[in-house]
Amino acid sequence: MQYIQPLWPAYAELFLLGMACLILIVDLFLRDENRGVTYLLTQFTLAGCAVITWAYSSGEPDHTFSGMFVGDLMADVLKLITYFGVMATLVYARDYISLRGMFRGEFFTLTLFATLGLMVMISANHLLTLYLGLELLSLSLYAMVSLQRDSTRATEAAMKYFVLGALASGMLLYGMSMIYGATGTLETTRIFSTISDDGARNVVLVFGLVFVVAGIGFKLGAAPFHMWLPDVYHGAPTAVTLFIGSVPKLAAFAFVIRILVQALGVDEIQGHWQQMLAVMAVLSLIVGNITAIAQTNIKRMLAYSTISHMGFLLIGILAGGLNGYASGMFYVVAYVLMSLGAFGMIMLLSRQGFEAENLDDFKGLNQRSPWHAFLMLLLMFSMAGVPPTVGFYAKFAVLQAVVEAGHVWLAVIAVIFSLVGAFYYLRVVKLMYFDDATDTALITPRGDAQVLLSVNGLAVLAFGIFPQPLMALCGSAILASL
Amino acid sequence: MYGLPLLSLAIWIPIAFGVLVLATGSDRNAHAARVLALIGAFLGFLVTLPIYAGFSTELGGFQYVQKLEWIGHFNVNYHLGIDGISLLLLLLNSFTTVLVVIAGWEVIQQRVAQYMASFLILSGLMNGVFCALDGLLFYVFFEATLIPMFIIIGVWGGPRRVYASLKFFLYTLLGSLLALVALIYLYFVSGGSFSLLDFYDTPLTLTAQILIFLAFFMAFAVKVPMWPVHTWLPDAHVEAPTGGSVVLAAIMLKLGGYGFIRLSMPIVPDASHALAGFMIFLSLVAVVYIGLVALVQTDMKKLIAYSSISHMGFVTLGLFIFNPQGMQGAVIQMISHGFISGALFLCVGVLYDRMHSRNIADYGGVVNTMPVFAAFFMLFAMTNAGLPGTSGFVGEFLVIMGAMQANFWYAFLAATTLIFGAAYTLWMYKRVIFGAVANSHVAQLKDINLREFAILAILAVAVLVMGVWPHPFTDVMHTAVNDILSHVMHSKIPVAQQ
Repeated sequence: MQYIQPLWPAYAELFLLGMACLILIVDLFLRDENRGVTYLLTQFTLAGCAVITWAYSSGEPDHTFSGMFVGDLMADVLKLITYFGVMATLVYARDYISLRGMFRGEFFTLTLFATLGLMVMISANHLLTLYLGLELLSLSLYAMVSLQRDSTRATEAAMKYFVLGALASGMLLYGMSMIYGATGTLETTRIFSTISDDGARNVVLVFGLVFVVAGIGFKLGAAPFHMWLPDVYHGAPTAVTLFIGSVPKLAAFAFVIRILVQALGVDEIQGHWQQMLAVMAVLSLIVGNITAIAQTNIKRMLAYSTISHMGFLLIGILAGGLNGYASGMFYVVAYVLMSLGAFGMIMLLSRQGFEAENLDDFKGLNQRSPWHAFLMLLLMFSMAGVPPTVGFYAKFAVLQAVVEAGHVWLAVIAVIFSLVGAFYYLRVVKLMYFDDATDTALITPRGDAQVLLSVNGLAVLAFGIFPQPLMALCGSAILASL
Repeated sequence: MYGLPLLSLAIWIPIAFGVLVLATGSDRNAHAARVLALIGAFLGFLVTLPIYAGFSTELGGFQYVQKLEWIGHFNVNYHLGIDGISLLLLLLNSFTTVLVVIAGWEVIQQRVAQYMASFLILSGLMNGVFCALDGLLFYVFFEATLIPMFIIIGVWGGPRRVYASLKFFLYTLLGSLLALVALIYLYFVSGGSFSLLDFYDTPLTLTAQILIFLAFFMAFAVKVPMWPVHTWLPDAHVEAPTGGSVVLAAIMLKLGGYGFIRLSMPIVPDASHALAGFMIFLSLVAVVYIGLVALVQTDMKKLIAYSSISHMGFVTLGLFIFNPQGMQGAVIQMISHGFISGALFLCVGVLYDRMHSRNIADYGGVVNTMPVFAAFFMLFAMTNAGLPGTSGFVGEFLVIMGAMQANFWYAFLAATTLIFGAAYTLWMYKRVIFGAVANSHVAQLKDINLREFAILAILAVAVLVMGVWPHPFTDVMHTAVNDILSHVMHSKIPVAQQ
């Protein structure tokens, strides 16, 4: 055991931490009209992190902090996507938050701390590190949801989120402590070797597993632990919904891989959690897709759609094997791309004193702005999984993995519910293209948000026509990290 | 001849022009959009001509093969190639696109660019379906056609367009998603390949074959459409704009029949045999029952839609009696139905543009005001009824002949269409065209203009040539039909199980 390990796998995290503290202080001395500096510093920090992660990416797993922290290819890829996701979030959010009095230092520092939490989760090699990252993320998010202090809806959402989130964290911690009791260690790789050496007959271990899976289900927003999700998505300011609904899913995926695959991926135990995930996946598909139909608020609709996407993601993970995990990773990356675009669009249509959050606000978008309607069309068809968009390949990869694992029935259930899902995505397209506009206000987004949204929408199409690079990247990331 | 990737050009020229047309933007540039669309459609048709000219009728297998790696991770290739059957459909599709663009020239005044672009992109995608030799590539093209069609019906359709477009989309999506699961299953059984040619040689147990057949059946039967999953078609047709109806009837329905030929029959031959009775039963129900349903329609478009379903019953019947006459007849029927239904929908479109009604009861005595139009309509109505000397006759005759070899009663029931077909088509014709001038609107009708005349004349020549001299059509597909039949006759059940 090497006691002094080089810190470079964690350089990006350290840089971000330092910069977040700096921004916190710098912001105190800024007047409101100069708040743009905070924004630029935040973007610079994220770009800097991207450079650091890129420069120090070795492709091989490297441990630091006495094996509590790991830098591997999967972590590097997920982190890079996280930075870009957060940067995009901020670009989309800029107008929205400045019109709603949230263009303040807190928003940016909380975003940065939440991002730090995500990065720690992604790189955790130890259950406590995982927990630490998760709590850093969650606490920042609770505060972000309630950032609009005057809004009762936001406060209610934050309260719900906090109470249920705390409960889930408690369960997770409880489960972790049992795993510790059964194996005597909290380091993921050592948990794995201990279980595979001693066999997995330990009842305490399986008992702990149940709690861990429940905690994971909550954090992912998979049914039956999904109750918080629609309320929080709906109640939070859209800028925050955009954040909650996109990049944290990357970390949640890493979380599942680290804890279930790297620590508890021993055959016997794997059988147990695969069954639990299968139940959660099927329930999520059913609840998510069917309930989404009844929604009239697009944020709520996307919340239920998230639940069903998480069901698909879980199917990829429970299929197991390199293909299964790689398909899960591809799915989550594709999902982040789509949900960034969709929520970005909602913010783009909002303006001073008007939230474009009802489905009817999309009516006749094709008349108001054909280009935005076209981008939203791509995003919706991608979410529905219609080729040639990236969403199709995400679903395809997952189905492929699950058929390979021999669960054809799960594949059939998944496609039947994606058919149900197609209905409510189509309804958005229908509103945009078939109905006449009731709202005639001009859509005048900032130039950078406009360009980014176009890139985002077209990326959904481009990765759909040429999915190979992204698929190969996910495949090799999983291969190098497991 | 192999210097240029002609098939790729046939797919991507219309799509590229579609994107260009879309870029012309708002209706201020409507004229530019129309001209650009016509150029694109015409170029798309032009590239198919050297494909036909250079096509060898002697060679078996696939020609103009092009293979590039596409998604290496799953061993998916951009693998194109055509046999005689795909060649004919390719020609039909590219040809129809030109007509559709011309047909929408003046009629469509709103969002012209989007209208034209949808049709061009749709045309390219359908060419892709007919050329694809890779299972996933086939599926991607097959599914992607849903998007432009959904938009076409929903944006430019009639009063119940939203209902019709959703019904169309969800019906077809359900079928194809199950087919996707079947394709993925085949990928593993065939040892990690999506190539259709590998699927053809993969041994499969009878149970697996039947399940795969049913999954494909869901996808293709909805597209054909076969009874009882045909109900989306009348709705979609009635609500679609004229161009949409033409493309829907002339090309989209062929995707189903083509899927049976290209995927179901060669990949799961034993299941095709085991379930042939079932398929024939459904086909005959379509021919007889839907023929009767067509008789009582009061809406012209609905009547033609039901007539389409009834005629497509001939296609599936011809395919599942497994003899050369039947299959040749089925393919001829597909092509000929493409011309006829296209022509009939255009005729209804001509009337609808003037009167804004599709109700038979609103017409009467049209011959007095539109004599030229009445003559064309007469020809197409006769073709639809299967008059000898027209293309409608050739396909039906071949299928009935094939059916006769299989079983007298199949042929007998199928032949009833000659009566019903004549009855519903000619009765409609009589009520619309003949008799006294029904009302003042009819009295004010103007006969067809040059543009409409040109379209109908081209189609009239096509149905007559095909009826009198079908040789160029049967000639190119002869080898392909034998290839498919030899696949179907060859059991794929692993020897140990037989």
